[in-house]
Amino acid sequence: MSILLPIAIGSLFAGAVYLLLRRSVVKLFLGLTLLSHGVNLLIFSMGDGLRRGVPPITAADGTTLPGTTDPLVQALILTAIVISFGILAFILALAYRANQAVKSDDLDDMVTTDRL
Amino acid sequence: MYESVILRTVARVMMPLLLLLSVFMLLRGHNLPGGGFIGGLLASAAIIMQIIAFGPTFARKVIRVGYLNMAAFGVFFGAIWGLPALFFNLPYMDAFWINDPIPGIGKIGTPVLFDLGVFFTVVGVTTRVALLLAEEPELFPMYVQAETEE
Amino acid sequence: MANHLFLPIVSLMVGASLTVLFARQRWLARGIVVGSVLFHLIYSLRLLWVVAAHGRQVSQAGGWLAPFGITFVADGATAIMLAVASLLTLMTVLYSFASLDEGYERYFYYPLILLLLLGVSGAFMTGDLFNLYVWFEVLLLASFGLITLGGTRAQLEGGLKYVVLNLMGSIAFLIGCGLVYGVVGTLNMAHIAERMQTIQQPGIMTAIACIFLFAFGSKAAILPLFFWLPTSYHTPPVAVTAIFSGLLTKVGAYSLYRVFGTVMQNELIHLAPWILTIAWLTMLVGVFGAMAQMNVRRILSFHIVSQIGYSVMGLGLASSLGLAAGLLFTAHVMIVKTALFFIGGAAEQIYGTGDIKKMGGLARREPALAMFWFLGIISLAGLPPMSGFFGKLALLQAGVTQGAWLVTGVATLTGILTLFSMLKIWNEVFWKKSYADVSKLPRVSPGLLLPGALLVIVSLALGLGASVLVDYTTVAGMQLFDQAGYIQSVCGLDGCEAVFQAAIR
Repeated sequence: MSILLPIAIGSLFAGAVYLLLRRSVVKLFLGLTLLSHGVNLLIFSMGDGLRRGVPPITAADGTTLPGTTDPLVQALILTAIVISFGILAFILALAYRANQAVKSDDLDDMVTTDRL
Repeated sequence: MYESVILRTVARVMMPLLLLLSVFMLLRGHNLPGGGFIGGLLASAAIIMQIIAFGPTFARKVIRVGYLNMAAFGVFFGAIWGLPALFFNLPYMDAFWINDPIPGIGKIGTPVLFDLGVFFTVVGVTTRVALLLAEEPELFPMYVQAETEE
Repeated sequence: MANHLFLPIVSLMVGASLTVLFARQRWLARGIVVGSVLFHLIYSLRLLWVVAAHGRQVSQAGGWLAPFGITFVADGATAIMLAVASLLTLMTVLYSFASLDEGYERYFYYPLILLLLLGVSGAFMTGDLFNLYVWFEVLLLASFGLITLGGTRAQLEGGLKYVVLNLMGSIAFLIGCGLVYGVVGTLNMAHIAERMQTIQQPGIMTAIACIFLFAFGSKAAILPLFFWLPTSYHTPPVAVTAIFSGLLTKVGAYSLYRVFGTVMQNELIHLAPWILTIAWLTMLVGVFGAMAQMNVRRILSFHIVSQIGYSVMGLGLASSLGLAAGLLFTAHVMIVKTALFFIGGAAEQIYGTGDIKKMGGLARREPALAMFWFLGIISLAGLPPMSGFFGKLALLQAGVTQGAWLVTGVATLTGILTLFSMLKIWNEVFWKKSYADVSKLPRVSPGLLLPGALLVIVSLALGLGASVLVDYTTVAGMQLFDQAGYIQSVCGLDGCEAVFQAAIR
């Protein structure tokens, strides 16, 4: 498990960077989606007993309960998922409108605002 | 809209069940898995199923709610229930509970009302987004066709 | 405990939701917007006084103790930034009344403005790293909506770049949050500061600090990360550009101050030479970019980048003196920059274009507008008696005191170049003869003139009453740099670790 997680995170990031460097807006969007998933997994790997070991849930005598994982990272990921869901939905709508206005999927055609 | 008898029948049967489940989730949410967010997602899933089965026009006709207004009301409703604590010089969002649980509903306090606000916000936003996407003519031409036929 | 700290947040949330509900009743919606921003302004002015009298104010949401719950902290820096932010928002709302058509109001312009201020206030006050991320997202989503509202081609193209590059910054921030939690095991800022002193691997914290520098730097538009700003800031309506210039990049600068100045002081001392290098490069590149431009708002956009260099310089000096000077300068530049956008936007509205070659003769036609523009550029360039003089003077003094000669020299040079580039606009727009018949141009309406004029007057007043402001920011800078005091105010006298250990036994 602990070796699979870094591999998964690494491949998500690699795929995301590859897609982000393409010129297509749709691939840019897909790259951002992959990137946010990669970050969520990264946060997940930061809790879960991999490093800190002790979730703030203890039995009455102070010992750690068996079978508990760190709940905080899961809360963080849930928040991050909701936020990235909203933002990615916005980007999708924006890319769609931009596509209607520019009539192209190519980022190199969107240079109106770059000219001096 | 998909002209499928199975989908339409299921959507019709599932609608009240899903709404009931969403209310159940909303009310048990304080100490058990559930809460306003999950309940809201379930309720909006019920409405979105109607949109898929019968088309956005029909869904708008049957459920006459301004979803954006619903979301805004949810934010308003959720925000104000943290305020009573300030009158007793407690921090914002400090909870007040009634002592005896109401039968069938359970314990009621300001966190439940806050969750109700979250519920409205989630239902409003999710359904509004789905409706906007479904009514986009270039993405879903079949919906527009169906409207002109009527 | 200062439980009232959540009041401005709640007032903005309630105001935003009510303006959505009453978007069709135009005057009611306007009344609600002005009401909630005015409440925020009055609250922050009172907070200025409360913080000065009683020190840091702390509130824990829901009564959950500090390393576990959601903490709100207000010290001098917070209070100054809050007051300036709400003043700017109020002026922007007034400017929008005069300059925007009804379509904007119907399509939820005012709720977005309120949400923007909500996110900004939350980011100023929060005492928790992950909450800072959430507030950043609140203000970014509102700004995404504002920058694309209207839907012209330029707005969509500029908006796409703005959104994508800001999202990259947010993702870097999130990575940083995750790594901090993995290494330190907490996200409360005071607790992080406390645990960092005893951390076993200092190297990894430096790496994380670099990620934060990237994240906040891309929001604040420092040197290699500023490209989204000049390509997108001139596309939306003037009111939106003005509020963006006043609030967005400055939130990035404030977060740099908070996270590096208070929480990660060891890393700040490690990174200080690099931060100073970034600072002077940002100043120079920004001002050179501005000199090449021929459009009012593009010139001003590049100057935003240049001014951020000064704010970052205050951080790079890595002392309470530098932070105090940086705070003073940032507060000043927020006010003046927004004022200049208002006035430049009014001139743009008269001519129907922002190309300064096609404008001219406004000094004769609109002497009031010209006078306030002139006072504004004097302030931006840093000449007495405006507030800009004292902002730059404080920074230069701090730089000389600490022997940072290179950055101090570049800062002086940039001041001169700023004046040069501002005088270019003055000459072209106000001074030279107009090609068109000036008497046929439309007059500027008082609604467009007044907000900018008021802000310039505020800048003048801050310059004349500089001793009060300098005293205040000196204390604020010391509070910002006082890590031990911060930990004690948030978690109690024994510190966060004691509370944490007592809770989990």
